Amino acid sequence: MSVGGAPTYAVEMTDAAVRLGSREVWSGVDFQVRAGELVAILGPNGAGKSTLLNVLLGLLPAARGRVSVLGGPAGSHNERIGYLPQRRVFDAATRVRGVDLVRMGLDGDRWGLPLPALGRWRAGARRARERVQEAIAQVGAQEYAKRPIGECSGGEQQRLLIAQALVRRPQMLLLDEPLDGLDIPNQVAVTALVQRICRAEGVAVLLVAHDVNPLLPYLDRILYLAKGRAVTGAPEQVITAETLSALYSTPIEVLRTADGRMVVVGHPDAHAVHGTHHELA
Amino acid sequence: MEPQLSIDPVSDVEQLLSYPFMVNALEAGTIVAVMAAVVGWLMVVRRQSFAGHTLSLMSFPGAAAAALVGVPLAYGYYSFCVVAALVIATGAGLSLGRNRARESAATGTVQAGALALGFVFLSLYGGVLESLETLLFGSFLGITPGQVLTLLGVAMAVLIGLAVVGRPLLLASVDEVVARARGVRVGALSVAFLVVLGLAVAATAQITGALLVFALLIAPAASAQQLTARIGVGLALSIGLALVVTWVGLGLSYFTNWPVGFLITTLAFLQYAAASAARAFAGRRSRTGRQIGGPSGPTAATGASAGEPLAQSVGGS
Repeated sequence: MSVGGAPTYAVEMTDAAVRLGSREVWSGVDFQVRAGELVAILGPNGAGKSTLLNVLLGLLPAARGRVSVLGGPAGSHNERIGYLPQRRVFDAATRVRGVDLVRMGLDGDRWGLPLPALGRWRAGARRARERVQEAIAQVGAQEYAKRPIGECSGGEQQRLLIAQALVRRPQMLLLDEPLDGLDIPNQVAVTALVQRICRAEGVAVLLVAHDVNPLLPYLDRILYLAKGRAVTGAPEQVITAETLSALYSTPIEVLRTADGRMVVVGHPDAHAVHGTHHELA
Repeated sequence: MEPQLSIDPVSDVEQLLSYPFMVNALEAGTIVAVMAAVVGWLMVVRRQSFAGHTLSLMSFPGAAAAALVGVPLAYGYYSFCVVAALVIATGAGLSLGRNRARESAATGTVQAGALALGFVFLSLYGGVLESLETLLFGSFLGITPGQVLTLLGVAMAVLIGLAVVGRPLLLASVDEVVARARGVRVGALSVAFLVVLGLAVAATAQITGALLVFALLIAPAASAQQLTARIGVGLALSIGLALVVTWVGLGLSYFTNWPVGFLITTLAFLQYAAASAARAFAGRRSRTGRQIGGPSGPTAATGASAGEPLAQSVGGS
């Protein structure tokens, strides 16, 4: 799916670098994502994964290099991007319904009254309502969408927030640790959902994750950030002892368990990255 | 003629409306109730009730300063409330995102300063105690048609302004991160809302007094939120409840001679208590219903509790 002519990349970063305060978080990042690709952004804590998403959204300027998103400079086409920030938990007292939250994802940034009921007989309003219901159905949240979001569990809130990111039919999804805090059935469900949208609707998906294993069967490519540098490639190219040792500048081993899971050992931070916290304690 | 409550409510209302000062009071009360209900609803959503209370206290030094300087009290109300709103907004730290702790600290400081200033101005003025009581607790006698018109102007400005920025303001209030990503000017909207709150407070305080304006600002809105989480219904309910409280409060004050502020506050409090009770009762009933057969979230399917390490490592995470 090409966007407005020549560019066929959803994301194109050339020799990009970013600075937070006085510290250069990462540099020399060359990275392209095509429509319909599912890319995982991995790395230890503090590597700058969320920062990368902020750069793609135009919320943080790149210190060097070129960043092009959906055919334009970063931040110019944010209405075509579905963004799921990291781990928002609405406290129990929040009295906003899930369906209203999803609706806000549709037109919450446009001027005007926040009253969807007004003008409900107009065709546009009906389409909007249908779109919201579609998005909620897509994530399987029909049963609890009408409840105040504070009363929903973590997994339910996360699904509603994904619906909010999806409701505008974005061309690109930026998901910051979408599986964080979800139990296994929910992780599987969310990953399958994301992959469905990616393939069926040709949406480019960038997922920041701490653990690659739930995503492995679905991934097209990995962008691995560590020590201020980045490596991109297919999973079997990136998650290898050679690649990661070169990246971390210290010996790293990648072990494969009998059921196909990958465990990375050797770097203190890597313990928290692949495999559960409990396993490698 | 001493006002007497009779058995026939229609004639009571007719009696009320036969006096121009009561008509003015009711008009002013209606305008103020609608404005306070809408602004208060947003205030409750944004968890800025502390700021609302502090701004309502600013009307006390504002009015005292105006009396001291010799200008109409309204100028004092509006100017002090708006300036305080800007101070709180700045203290909360805008570009870094709304930091609730810093906002609370800034608000508390402003509140302490407000009370101190008020007393200084009052003592400089020569301290007429009855006017202090009116300042703090409100009075509806002597509201002029001119004041009603000013109130109408302020209310129209506030409501039209909120109608224009309603959607992005609500998004920024509920979900700041996504709002920023969508290009909503969260900082600017925060300042704008606090200024609107200041204006609404200044207008309301002229009816209910500085100490009790908060009741009209928070109780109908909080009651509405107890009863419903829907946006349109919540706003409508908030307005309805505020109008009821104001009209009944004004009417009762006329007949019983008790202060308006006290009556409105008590009615508002009773309203909130009733709404909370209704919600608790409804909650208990629906909770039983859910436990019996309803779906209760993702863990029901597996029977494992979320985050249990054993379940996680088995699944291969």
